[in-house]
Order: sequence, then structure tokens, then C-alpha cells
Amino acid sequence: MDNLTFAVTMVVVGMGGTLLTLWILSLIMSILKSAFPYKKEEEGK
Amino acid sequence: MSEAIWGGIQGLISGFVNLHWSNPIMIGVGCLLLYLGIKKDFEPLLLVPIGFGAILVNIPLAGLMEEEGFLRIIYDAGIMTELFPLLIFVGIGAMTDFGPLLENPKIFLLGAAGQFGIFLTLALALALGFPQKDAVAIGIIGACDGPTAIYVTSKYAPHLLGAVSVAAYSYMSLVPVIQPPIMRFLTGEEERKINMGVVKKSVSKTTKLLFPLIVTVIGGLIAPRGLPLLGTIMLGNFMKECGVVGRLTKAAENEIPNIVTLLLGISIGATMDGRIFLKPQTLVVLGLGFLAICLDTACGVLFGKVMKVLTGGKVNPLIGAAGISAYPMSARVVQREGQKYNPKNYLLMHAMGANTGGQVGSVMAAAVMLSVLKGMGVI
Repeated sequence: MDNLTFAVTMVVVGMGGTLLTLWILSLIMSILKSAFPYKKEEEGK
Repeated sequence: MSEAIWGGIQGLISGFVNLHWSNPIMIGVGCLLLYLGIKKDFEPLLLVPIGFGAILVNIPLAGLMEEEGFLRIIYDAGIMTELFPLLIFVGIGAMTDFGPLLENPKIFLLGAAGQFGIFLTLALALALGFPQKDAVAIGIIGACDGPTAIYVTSKYAPHLLGAVSVAAYSYMSLVPVIQPPIMRFLTGEEERKINMGVVKKSVSKTTKLLFPLIVTVIGGLIAPRGLPLLGTIMLGNFMKECGVVGRLTKAAENEIPNIVTLLLGISIGATMDGRIFLKPQTLVVLGLGFLAICLDTACGVLFGKVMKVLTGGKVNPLIGAAGISAYPMSARVVQREGQKYNPKNYLLMHAMGANTGGQVGSVMAAAVMLSVLKGMGVI
């Protein structure tokens, strides 16, 4: 594979893949926060 | 008899006779690393064993990195097998509180933006003529994450391990010097004054417990080649959050990383043999590593500006600079810079969120990179 194809693929798929994965994780975490809300009683446990 | 005496004397001076011109220079470099670690407090836990290892390996005829040499045995056992960086990751996971990140999961995206320097530097290294796998190892310095850099480099460009590791750890400790000018250059005074308010405690224990499991499963499915990195950091965090394996967590926080850091440091130092290390290529690697961290900071701040616009001015773009893996230094830098322009501004917890996002982001970026490389058939 030539260097130009390699570089463009890494920049586009690498950067895009990292951003997409973390975005998915942030969405899941937001859903989890709503599904398991923080309760005051948890303090001190 | 005179021959025997002469032979004996030759034995005593053979070290000096076999000294290559590069060895004294590298002994000097080793001393410099010791000085930076001891006097300047730049990552002393790493720079002291690395510096000492560099001195050891540059004394000729000792054979420390030859077949039976003790440094070779440690190197082969822990670096070539990738065991040391992974054990360090268990410790990092056990020591990290992802609470500030989970308070505001959108901040995760800053942890992604803070990794863009990896890919941009990789492209630049290719443009400068480095082979593809070497470019990958150089780019990974931008993860600003020592164990990740060591893991990837030892796998695909072991001849660059010394330069990449020294660059990763040195620049990580120089974050308080490198980041502020870039942050000031890319933001206006009004932006730096934005007050993001107080972080309220809003994450349940269940969410904190599920976080490492979900990151492992989702991240592992998307980028299976990076699962060793993701899995170990999340194992450490899961042990901490589940609260029922106190002894294991304590070992993961203290004894394991202490022993492994010593062995890791000395083995990296052992790769700094002058005849291999002193090449113009090493200087280029160090320069590109510096650029990678500057690009990470710039991309993080610029992404922070985008988030500021999207949230109607609620996000201070400075926290984008903390989207790298240098934890918690980078968050502290953001707090200090923010308070310079608005003494009542407490950005620390928001920056800690971005910073822990950067820790996950750096591991995720490496995992994505390895999976993309595998998909392209490069590895």
C-alpha cells in the first residue's frame, strides 16, 4: 500500500473511529446515568 | 610471566579500549535524565531507572543486553511480551476515578479530540520518509501515554523504543510548559473567563461499576486488537469500584506498578546503546513527538471551542487541552490558566473529566489504530 493511501486511511478512519467510539460510549454512559440515578443514600457507602 | 601480567592489565583496560565514541555521550544523556528526574522532578519514577539503564548499557563488554545479560532477560520477559505496560495499566485503572468524566459524559469527546495529534503526526512521519510501522510508533507518542507508546512501539518498531519512550515520558512531564502558550494562542480572553459552575455529584455506584465493563465490551468489539490495553485498565478500575477485592486493588495501586515501573524503566534505558540510539533519526523522532503533543493540545482546545458554540457558551475551551492522557498534570494546567483570567473560576473537576476522558481516549485511539492497521493488512 502506498504511503498516501495509508496516511489518508489512518487519519480519516483512525480519527473518525476514535471519535465515533467515544461518542457511542458517552451516549451509553448518559443512558446509564438516567437508568441508575444517583441517590443521596449512597453517600458514605 | 610478563605475558600473564600484560594480559591481566589488558583485561583491566579493555573497557576503556572498547569504548565507542557514542558511549560517553550516552552516559552523559543517562546522567541528564537522572538530573531531570532528581532535580527537576520530571517523572522521576521513570527517568531515574531509564537514566541508570542508559548508563549501564553504554559500558562496553559488560554484555548486559547480550543473550544471557540480566537486562536482556528483563527486556525479553516484560517488554517483548508486552507484559510490563499491561501490568502498569492495571495499576492506572485502579488509581483513576472516572467520576468527573461520568458526571458529564459529553466530555468524552474532548478525550477523542486530544488524540488527533497521533494521526496527524503519523501522516507527517510518513511524509518525512519513515516506514509505515515506524510512523505508527512515532505517532503514538501523541497519546501522551507511556505504557501505550511502549506497547505499540515494542510490537511494531522495537528499534525506536528508547527514543519513543524517552519522548513520551519527557514531554508528558513537560506538559505544564508546553500547553499554556498553545492554550493562550488559540483562545480569547473572554473564552478563558467562562465559568462552568460547580460539578454536582450525580453518578451512582452502579454506573461507576458498569462503566469499565461497558468500555471493555464495546471498545473490545469495535477495536479487538487493542483489547489488552483496554481490558487491563478497565480491570484495574473495576476492582477499585466493586470494592470487594481490597487487597488486589491495593496491590494494583502500589506493589505491582512499583516493581514493574522499576523493571520497565531499566529495560527502556537498556535500549539506549549509543551505537543504536545516536542517529539523526532519533532527533527527528523526538521532534515529531513534541509536535504530536502540541497538535493534541491544539486539537483539544479547538474542539473545546466547537463545544462552546454548540452548548451556547457553557463550555470553557481551555478544558479541551486536558483531553490528553497526562493525568492529572494537564487538568491542573487548565485550572491554573483559567484562574489567571478569572480567579473565581474552578475548572479543575471539569478538566479532570476531560483528562480521564483523555486516558480512555488514548487507549481507544491506539486500539482503533491497531485494528485499522490489521484491517488494512499492515500488521
